[in-house]
Amino acid sequence: MEEQPLFSDLSEAERKALEELMPDEMGEIMSSGIKRRHFLKLFAVTGTSLLAANLLGIEQLMARSIPIEEQPPVLIENGINVSFQVNGSTQKLMVDSRMTLLDTLRERLGLTGSKKGCDHGQCGACTVIVDDKRVLSCLTLAATCEDKKVTTIEGLATGNELHPMQTSFIKHDGFQCGYCTPGQICSAVALMGEAKNGDASYVTANVREKKKAVELSNEEIRERMSGNICRCGAYPNIVSAIREVHGDKAVAQVWQFAEGTI
Amino acid sequence: MSETGKPISRIDGRMKVSGKATYAAEFNQPNMAYAFPVRASIAKGKIASINDDIIRKEAGVIAVISYKNAYKLKPLDMQAQMKAGAGFLGENLPPLQDNTVHYPGQFVAVIVAETYEQARAAAYKLQVKYIADKAAVDLKTELPKSTKPKMFMGEEAQVNEGKAAGPLAASAKKVDHTYSTPVEHHHPMEPHATVAVWEGTDKLTLYDATQGVGLTSAIAAYFFGLKQENVRVMAPFVGGGFGSKGLWLHTLLVAMAAKAANRPVKLALTRQMMQTNVGHRAATIQRVGVGTDAGGQLNVLRHHTNTYNNLTQFFEPSGKQTLVLYKARLREVTYNVAHLDRSTPTFMRAPGETPGTFALECAMDEMAYQLKMDPVEFRIKNHTTKDPVKGHDFSSEFLVDCYRTGAKRFGWASRSIEPRQKRQGKYLVGYGMATATYPGGRSAASVKVLMNNKGDVTVMTASIDIGTGTYTVLAQTAADALGIPVEKIDVKIGDSSLPPAPLAGGSQTTASIHPAALDACVLLRKELISMAIADPGSKLNGSKPDDIDFANGKLFVKGNKDKSDTYLDILNRAKRNEIEACATTLPVSGAGLTVPSALCTPSQTPAEQNSDIKQYAFHSFGAQFAEVWVDEDLGTIRVKRVTSVQDVGRIMNEKTARSQIIGGVIFGIGAALMEATEYDKRWGNPVTRTLADYHVPVHLDVPPIDVHFIGKPDPHISPIGARGIGEIGITGVSAAIANAVFNATGKRLRDLPLTPEKFFES
Repeated sequence: MEEQPLFSDLSEAERKALEELMPDEMGEIMSSGIKRRHFLKLFAVTGTSLLAANLLGIEQLMARSIPIEEQPPVLIENGINVSFQVNGSTQKLMVDSRMTLLDTLRERLGLTGSKKGCDHGQCGACTVIVDDKRVLSCLTLAATCEDKKVTTIEGLATGNELHPMQTSFIKHDGFQCGYCTPGQICSAVALMGEAKNGDASYVTANVREKKKAVELSNEEIRERMSGNICRCGAYPNIVSAIREVHGDKAVAQVWQFAEGTI
Repeated sequence: MSETGKPISRIDGRMKVSGKATYAAEFNQPNMAYAFPVRASIAKGKIASINDDIIRKEAGVIAVISYKNAYKLKPLDMQAQMKAGAGFLGENLPPLQDNTVHYPGQFVAVIVAETYEQARAAAYKLQVKYIADKAAVDLKTELPKSTKPKMFMGEEAQVNEGKAAGPLAASAKKVDHTYSTPVEHHHPMEPHATVAVWEGTDKLTLYDATQGVGLTSAIAAYFFGLKQENVRVMAPFVGGGFGSKGLWLHTLLVAMAAKAANRPVKLALTRQMMQTNVGHRAATIQRVGVGTDAGGQLNVLRHHTNTYNNLTQFFEPSGKQTLVLYKARLREVTYNVAHLDRSTPTFMRAPGETPGTFALECAMDEMAYQLKMDPVEFRIKNHTTKDPVKGHDFSSEFLVDCYRTGAKRFGWASRSIEPRQKRQGKYLVGYGMATATYPGGRSAASVKVLMNNKGDVTVMTASIDIGTGTYTVLAQTAADALGIPVEKIDVKIGDSSLPPAPLAGGSQTTASIHPAALDACVLLRKELISMAIADPGSKLNGSKPDDIDFANGKLFVKGNKDKSDTYLDILNRAKRNEIEACATTLPVSGAGLTVPSALCTPSQTPAEQNSDIKQYAFHSFGAQFAEVWVDEDLGTIRVKRVTSVQDVGRIMNEKTARSQIIGGVIFGIGAALMEATEYDKRWGNPVTRTLADYHVPVHLDVPPIDVHFIGKPDPHISPIGARGIGEIGITGVSAAIANAVFNATGKRLRDLPLTPEKFFES
């Protein structure tokens, strides 16, 4: 028998909502255990879903879709049991040994924010953050993710509040079609950590001299983001967006009409 | 203040940055199966055998579909298709209907299985045996057998054929060179994908990565023999298109697969299939002749294009800009089109102008140098204010302003006419420029606007936002036309059941749907006015309609803001939950590419403001300026900065408009320096199969790009005054870069892309 922790896949906010809405039932719920889909069902049938939605922030509630089935729909060949954390909640499932982390997120966990652009690790659209490092989820087999902590684009916001990188991408129009965007943003968020650690890049002047933290020039940002392709060509806007978050001060938006024409 | 033009952030931005924008492959269905196609490994011939019986026994396999057992689609019939609005099939080859192979990579079978992994594994195991014929795989070899098409998209294809040779030879100064451009692929970040869901045998829903929900619905309905209203196509978000997301065969294939499996089926193309199954820009070999008198006045322009096609009449129309730019006594624009057994060429961002401006604008630069004239001054000297072929005035044209403003902003004055004059360390520095142009198209469109008794407004049309900003600018137009904030407006697009709109291609969406959105809002306002005037409970009771103005969610009597009534009060007193209005706008120039069935009453816009192509020529113009640094030891070329000045009519949103031009310029940098699909000269298959071989610009390739808009509304295209903006940004860029390379090094590179080996060959 596998041991399943109570509230295994409920987020902190969801658990809190439950406590606030049903203080009397908490004891019983605690002892019987609850899964996220039960939780959502509960809120739907008790007519408290709107209240819950407000409490949790609609964004967060909608961000995580309800898995349609707990068990895989068909007999899986070479099935491998794997358990890992995705955006703070533990996921236990059996996957085809050939299944990538990307396809697991998209096809099994309903987390379609991570995108498949090339499936060969050449475009960066599938970038997610695994244990604080950016990883190409299309080149990562799900079976290798045992006990790892995966953060996808859906996990960056806190409730209704977007991650500063998400806000900055909107402000600077760091996307057009939006398909490379989740990968660009995950990459950019992890990039902040790399800069803090002083990781060197191709354009770092002296790689022998390990600094405490790297100052991200435009050149550094462009080099470090070159694994994330944007065919719409939002690159200059993406660099502005990252610079603003990195520098912690507002970067001017550049757009203007030719002089004297309006 | 007017919302239109303001640089507001995209209203769909929040969804896109939080992973909630849902693209075609993400519409997972209960009980859904997965399809994976099998592609031909020969260029031409017949399928001899398929081991499908063995593959059916593979784990998870539900169906193996090939010509042997595929659903019989309606056969091709161009007249019937055109009548049904189903003419624009990417390639005229309904899938799996016979055993003939027309190009490498053609779909020859499709596997349906329980999981993606199983479908893919089975597809790789399927053995298809062929009888191969000798295939035509190389443009240069096939050119002697090429033909001269009479028409291209309803226009004469051979203009003044044979007439330029004499005047060119007699010109005091002449340039006559061959320029070539490679095969390019669109490679939108989202690979094409479709989820097909049948409801019984006569209703089909397709979640499809498409640039036209109406187009896809019409074509699918035609080939499956369904009523168009029974084929619903949904595409709320599309991950880029650039011309590649018309209707290609996988969309029909997955609907066939879903029919066979009797389940919803998903098919997402791999990046490799994006090179063979969804079109490309054909290679061109162009010869351009420019003749002037001794003073630099143009006598003659000659532009001949050699290219190819397969399975459609489409060919790369790279002479288009040569029919529009510059004053010259005579111009000859002609084509030779060969047949290749290669996947089908199609529209790709600025079809024609992208390779065409490379050839023409490089030739113009070569002539300016021969004349020892500044290239900007040479162009201004030969500027035309009329369509040089048809003789009409341009509807609105500020090209000279583009040149002058661009030159000033870029710092063009410091450029030397002689090359090799500027250095930065080991790099040679050069400046180059070129003209940009693209037609200002417009099609018929219908838009419905609905207002509820909470004051929320929904704008609905079967248009698409492929990253272009359609959601956002539609909200801005409606906000202005109704006098309410953008936040109160919801935009519903990307659904074929909404009022018809043209496909998102040809830089025509804004020009087409905004006049209809404006009209629908005006109709809605009129209804509110009639309700208020007739209502004894309204302060406007008894007023004349013409005396009523609107602002901030209210109607009021002009000059007397106290005599007012809010939209909400008007609706609530009348006990109406909602009111709606629908408008169709039909430009004088015709319905264009729109599905012809207009839903609503067409508005009566005077011809003068309604795209009358018999009165005016509609074109956008611009000027591109580039600085390059060339490393002569390595042959590498880096673009250091670009200035792009654009005359595209009214700007609907400064932020998204600027992004579109930046994106176009970056596409142009890709075309200039790196993009090319190479084919095996023996077998005809693409050898650059992935994004590791087909290079597109990445962050580090992209310099600062300075974008300026002239911003003058076009008074004749529509009452809105906006022309399209999606394509013009790419035009002229590769020429500006090549011209800058000459200015830096004295070397003329006439074969794109400008990779190091070509630098050393020249």
